[in-house]
Amino acid sequence: MISLTINGKEVQTPQGSTILEACQQAGIPIPTLCYDPDLRLAGSCRMCLVEIKGRPLYAASCVTPAENGIVVETESPGIVAARKVILELLSARHNFNCQVCEKNGNCKFQDYCYQYGIKESRYDYGEETNYPINDCNPFIERDYNKCIMCTRCVRACEEISIARAINVENRGHHAKIATAFDGNLADSPCVFCGQCIMVCPTGALTSKVSAGLGRAYEVDKVLTTCSYCGTGCTLELNVKNDCVVGVTSNRTVTGSPVNKGALCVKGRFGWDFINSPDRLTTPLIKENGQFRAAGWDEALDLVAKRLGEIKTEFGPDSMAVFTSARVTNEENYVAQKFTRAVLGTNNVDHCARL
Amino acid sequence: MTNSIGELEKDARCIFVIGSNTTENHPVIGMKIKKNVLYNGARLIVADPRRTDLAKIADVYMPHQPGSDVALVNAMMNVIINEGLANHDFIAQHTEGYEDMAAVISKFTPEYAEPITGVPAEDIRKAARLYAQSGSAAICYAMGLTQHRTGTDNVKSVCNLAMLTGNIGRPGTGVDPLRGQNNVQGACDMGGLPNVFTAYQAVTNDAAREKFEKAWGVPLSGQNGLVLTDVINKAHHGEIKALYVVGENPLMSDPELEHVEEALGKVDFVVVQDIFLSETAKYADVVLPSACFAEKDGTFSNTERRVQRVRKAVSAPGEARTDWEIMCEVATRMGYPMSYENSEQIFEEIRTLTPSYAGISYQRIENGSLQWPCPTEEHPGTPYLHKDGNFSRGLGAFTAIDYITPGELSDEKYPLILTTGRSLFHYHTGTMTRRASALNEHVPAAELEINPEQAKALGIAHDGMVRVSTRRGSLEMKAKVTDMVAPGVIFTTFHFAETPANLLTSSEFLDPTAKIPEYKVSAAKVEKI
Repeated sequence: MISLTINGKEVQTPQGSTILEACQQAGIPIPTLCYDPDLRLAGSCRMCLVEIKGRPLYAASCVTPAENGIVVETESPGIVAARKVILELLSARHNFNCQVCEKNGNCKFQDYCYQYGIKESRYDYGEETNYPINDCNPFIERDYNKCIMCTRCVRACEEISIARAINVENRGHHAKIATAFDGNLADSPCVFCGQCIMVCPTGALTSKVSAGLGRAYEVDKVLTTCSYCGTGCTLELNVKNDCVVGVTSNRTVTGSPVNKGALCVKGRFGWDFINSPDRLTTPLIKENGQFRAAGWDEALDLVAKRLGEIKTEFGPDSMAVFTSARVTNEENYVAQKFTRAVLGTNNVDHCARL
Repeated sequence: MTNSIGELEKDARCIFVIGSNTTENHPVIGMKIKKNVLYNGARLIVADPRRTDLAKIADVYMPHQPGSDVALVNAMMNVIINEGLANHDFIAQHTEGYEDMAAVISKFTPEYAEPITGVPAEDIRKAARLYAQSGSAAICYAMGLTQHRTGTDNVKSVCNLAMLTGNIGRPGTGVDPLRGQNNVQGACDMGGLPNVFTAYQAVTNDAAREKFEKAWGVPLSGQNGLVLTDVINKAHHGEIKALYVVGENPLMSDPELEHVEEALGKVDFVVVQDIFLSETAKYADVVLPSACFAEKDGTFSNTERRVQRVRKAVSAPGEARTDWEIMCEVATRMGYPMSYENSEQIFEEIRTLTPSYAGISYQRIENGSLQWPCPTEEHPGTPYLHKDGNFSRGLGAFTAIDYITPGELSDEKYPLILTTGRSLFHYHTGTMTRRASALNEHVPAAELEINPEQAKALGIAHDGMVRVSTRRGSLEMKAKVTDMVAPGVIFTTFHFAETPANLLTSSEFLDPTAKIPEYKVSAAKVEKI
C-alpha cells in the first residue's frame, strides 16, 4: 500500500493504482467521460484532471499512477476552470436537444454541464458539423451530432465484442466515429450487440427499439436472465407502466457473472415479442375445427377430464408430455412430476435433441 | 460444460471448436473466445463445414465433410499417439479402455482420414499438435457435432481426445457442449427426460424411484419412457392418444415435418401450453396461454451449470398464467392435489430430491449465482468438473469408435449435402424472434447459402430464387452466394414458418442412443427458378 493526500485527506491505495482509482476507493468523486473500468484507458477527454502539488501540468487522473507522498487536489479553482473549458470545447460540437433525447436524465455529459454551469460554449463558431442520422439498421441510432469523441464505443467494439466495426475517422474538428469507408453498420463487421450503446456516455448511440418508450428515470430495472441461448447472460428489463420498454446491461460481477453486461443482438434488441399483439391471452378450445375463447375453469376441466379418460381407457403410457427447454427449472420439475405422478408414465421429454 | 465460460476467455491456451458457429449461436461466448485468441494469445482450431467467423481467425481451420467428425477426431488422436504427445500418466491413473481405443485409432492416419473428411492430412497434424501441446486445451461443440446419426459417437470421440491428452479437470480444459436453449440444461437437470428424475437419477433405479414415490406419495413407473422422436413415431402408429406440449414447437423443430403433422393428426387429444399460437398449437384441442420469462419468477440453469434467477418484471397479458400454475391446476383436477405458493416453494422441494442442487437456495443466488454440483449450503459451487482427473464414474472410459458414414449420402439425383442451423438474428423456431420487430426487419426470410463455384455451375445468382429439394420435399428461397460454405455443401436456417427447413430433413436416421436426428446431413439438390 502507498499513501497519498487527496483534498487534504490521507488516502491509502495499493501500489499500481491510478489516482482515479485511489479517489474512487476513498469515495472522492471525479468526473469522467472516456474512462471505463472494463476498457483500455484512453486518457483523452481530460475531464478527470487533477492538480498534483509541485507539478507544472494538470494530470488526467485515469492514466496517472498514484505515488507515495503526492498531494492531490481534485476540485481546486484551477481544476474547475479547466474542466469548464473542456466542457465548453466538447459542447461546441454537441447538439443539446436534451428535451427529446433518449439519454435525458441519464447522460454524464448533461450532468457535468449542469454541475459546472456550462450554458453555452465560447467555441461554438466556425465550420458546423451536421452529421446525417440515416444509418439504415433497425437496432442502433447513431447521432454523431451528440458525440463527444470519448471513443468508448470504439474500445467496447474492439475489446468486449471483438467486432472491430468502428474506429475514429479523420482528425481534429472533423474527427468522427465511423465504419470502414464511413458506410452503414449493416455493411460493416458490426454484429449489433449494442455494447456501444452500453458504454456511450451521451445520447449519440441509442436503441431504436426503445426509442420514445421511456427514459432511465421513468423505468424500473429488473435483473433477470436472458431467454434466448444457453449462455445465461443476465440483463435488466426496463419496465414502465407494467410494460417492458427496453433492455439494459448490469455490468457488475455479481449481477452479471457470465457476461458482465455484454449482450448480443437478441438479448439487447429482441425483447418486444413480450408485448406482441399475437400473445395468447385466454384459453382456447377447438370446436368443429375452430378455436373459441374459453374460461380457465372450462379449459382446465376439459383437459383433466380427457386426460383422465384416456388414462383409464388406454393406460398411462398412451400419453406423453413435451416439457420445454424454454421454461424455468421449477416448471420443468412440475412438468415431470405431473407426468410421472399424475399421468403415471415416464413419457416426458423436451427438445434438447432438436 | 465440464468447465466454465469464463475460462474460455483467459485460462484456455488452445480452444478446439467443432460443430459450433459460436459467434452466431452463443455470441457472448464467441466474444470471449475471440478475445482470448486475438488478445490473450490462445490458439484456435476450428472444424466446421462452414467457414464461420471463428474459422476466419483460427490457427487451423478444417472444413470437414458433414458427418465425418469421428474420422477427423480419430485422425487427430492417431497423430497424438504416434508422435508421442499422449499424456500417458493421466491415461494410466485416471482412465480405462485405452488399449481398445488405440487399436481402432491405429488405422486412422491423417492420410486415411483425408479423403473421408476432405481435410488435408497436414492440417489434421497441425491441429493435433496444437491441441496436445498447448498445456490447457478446451473443446467446444454444439449441435454441429451432435445432430448426426453418430451424435453420441462424435461426443465420445472428443471425450477420448480430451482424456488422451489429460485435458480435463483443470481450468481452461474440458469438454464443453454449448447448449442452445436458455434452460435446456435445467430441463435435463430437472428430469424433463424419459429415463431420469432430477439430477439424472434413473427411473429404473429402485432406490431413486422409492425416494420419489415417498416424496410424491404415489407409485411410479420404473420403465423408461419414450424420447421425443419416438413419441412422434408411436403417435404415427396411433399408439399415443394424448399429448401435452409445454412451450415446444415440434411442427417446426422436428425432422420431416409432414411426418410430424400426420402424427399429431392421429393423436386423440392434444394440449398446447404456449405464449403464442405456434404452428404446433394450431393442431391442439385445447390451448392454454402461458406467461413468458419476463412475467414470472424462477431459475434457469445455463450451459455451464450455473443456476440464476429469473425475475418477474411485468404482468402476463390477459388471463395468461405461469406454466407451473397451469399444470398444478390440471393435476389437482385429476385428483392429485398440487399447489405451491410461489416458485421458491417449488425450488425448495427440488432441493430435497436433487443432490446437485441441494445447497442452492433463492437466498444464496439473490446476489449472484451458483454452479452445480452444490451439495450443501456451505458448498461454493463447482466451476469445473472432474477435478484432478477424478471422474464421477471413477475411471474415465475411453470408447473405441470406428467411423461410419452419415445415413444419407449424396447421389446423382441429390448431389449436394444440406446442413441446417441458426442465424445470429433469430432463435430456434422463430416464435419469439419473428415477433421481435427489429430482428425480423433485419432478417425477414431464410436464405440458401451456396458456394460461388457451385452457384455458377447451376446458373444461380446472388439473391436469385432457388428451389432446394431433398427426398422429403422442397422449398423455395433466395440464394446467398458465399464462400462460407464449400462446394458440395448448402446451408439454411430453420427459423422461418414460410420455409420450414425441417420439411427437408430426415427422421429416418437417428442416433441409436440419443435418438437425435441427423439434421446436419441431408442429400439435396438445388435448382434455379
